[in-house]
Amino acid sequence: MVFQGKVWKLGANIDTDAIIPARYLNTTDPQEMATHLLEDIDPNFLSKIKPGDILVAMENFGCGSSREHAPLAIKYAGISCVVAKSFARIFYRNAFNMGLPIFESAAAAEETVSGDELIIDSAQGTIENLRTKKIYRAQPIPPFMQELIEAGGLMNYVQKYKMKG
Amino acid sequence: MIRPMTITEKILAEHAGLREVEPGQIINARLDLVLGNDITAPIGIEEFYKVGAQKVFDPEKIVLIPDHFVPNKDIKSAQQCKLMRQFAQAQQITHYYEVGEMGIEHALLPELGLVLPGDLVVGADSHTCTYGALGAFSTGVGSTDFAAAMITGEAWFRVPETIKINYHGKRRPWVDGKDLILYTIGQIGVDGALYKAMEFAGETIANLPMDSRFTMANMAIEAGGKSGIIAPDKITKEYVQGRAKRPYKFIYSDGEAKYSQIIDIEVSRIEPQVAFPHLPSNVKPISAVGHVPVDQVVIGSCTNGRLEDLRTAARVLKGRKRAPYTRLIIIPATQGIYQQALKEGLLEIFLEAKAVISTPTCGPCLGGYMGVLAEGERAVSTTNRNFVGRMGHAQSEVYLANPAIAAASAVLGRIGSPEELGLPA
Repeated sequence: MVFQGKVWKLGANIDTDAIIPARYLNTTDPQEMATHLLEDIDPNFLSKIKPGDILVAMENFGCGSSREHAPLAIKYAGISCVVAKSFARIFYRNAFNMGLPIFESAAAAEETVSGDELIIDSAQGTIENLRTKKIYRAQPIPPFMQELIEAGGLMNYVQKYKMKG
Repeated sequence: MIRPMTITEKILAEHAGLREVEPGQIINARLDLVLGNDITAPIGIEEFYKVGAQKVFDPEKIVLIPDHFVPNKDIKSAQQCKLMRQFAQAQQITHYYEVGEMGIEHALLPELGLVLPGDLVVGADSHTCTYGALGAFSTGVGSTDFAAAMITGEAWFRVPETIKINYHGKRRPWVDGKDLILYTIGQIGVDGALYKAMEFAGETIANLPMDSRFTMANMAIEAGGKSGIIAPDKITKEYVQGRAKRPYKFIYSDGEAKYSQIIDIEVSRIEPQVAFPHLPSNVKPISAVGHVPVDQVVIGSCTNGRLEDLRTAARVLKGRKRAPYTRLIIIPATQGIYQQALKEGLLEIFLEAKAVISTPTCGPCLGGYMGVLAEGERAVSTTNRNFVGRMGHAQSEVYLANPAIAAASAVLGRIGSPEELGLPA
């Protein structure tokens, strides 16, 4: 997959309460979750983004709760993928399981600013910044997780390999 | 020859049917218990049905607990709980705990003996790491992992590296597990243990009561940890005996086991800690807090709603009243704790202090209900997170502390210690 989009840059330790506040967790509807994306950081965030835009953050993105509402809100708001210096582990795991593409690259995260345009090639593992013309290499994805992506997420993987009959 | 392993590696190896594992390895492991709550389970249940699953792998190994927004705070929460309740009935889930018998999940599971030493547990809640206090490997996952685990009874894991933290020396008065873990997070940061297991050891831990051990393991996630674990010992044995209804296993790290880092902490120097907004790592010793007025105090949660916590709060609140404009909300974590607090006269002390006593709920900790903060308000809370907007308005503030500091702060109307109330140091 190739993702091309405009960057919204965030800081370090963006927690899941910031991504979607817990007061909105009383739903299973991902479209509704998306309407609250990053609302406590910027109440107008949703009106600023366009489908295909990319979030870029510093260390420990998605720390805190295990709520899958967080990657769901990001995905259904139309964000194509997330690049960060590092991800909190449950968020990292959730993103692969439910199919939100994420990329770890310290240099790309540090040198990218809001408004930049990135081209990300997931097969090549490259992140290109069109403003600076720099190309970064994302941390390689372990083979098992590559399999998860190819299967279309954990539930499809389970359906394909683990469910009988 | 098998390589020397940590307790975490041994539990993972055993559940994966392997003689040994090493950090970085990805394994598929058998689960002893799978947990979900009223916020995370509904998404998982929808996923479960979406792939055409008919039956859970074992109705006795799944625990479903409505604890976050119950008794239902609004219609949508009621719908979520209804979905989970109907699933529990349809699948004949043994361990479904209805309002009136439920408790905050991470206090209830150990109390009922559902999670035991040597177990491998996943829960769709980040504080599932709490059970490491029993010498189990337990970790938080999302709703999709939860759904898959309900179908297969298995989960994939990347074997984590382990950081060993040795605590030496005697605790000062009013210092408990909360202060040890807050201090530790302050030292290593909120991503200091990212992707890693934290192993708490040393003579301070050997003498630490079970409830404080739960508090420490509970907050491993606040350092980014995958789990927090304490080797089982006689305190563990005392706690587990009489609760366990199935066999369990004490597992220990090998003397030669490899750690990614070993940290030594001198406990006798640690004062009660207060984590300032908006990160759990933003800690100061109580003596350095200064003048911080408080609108609300919460004593409870999966971190600090256990009996020892309530006893400590009662020692501070006995014969005292909260400050006139400082609300005090006390939440026993389970019905069992509630009942014992009643028997011991703790609830009467709380009522005399003009506290609100709530049925078990996670409510205020995550800004759900039962104590949501207004713009500009400030709370001292024994909970685990002080992120922006965590307990309410985006311009409210949360200060994390232990139950003694929280109780003293309610009386003083500002952050302070029991010593300021003339209580013996």
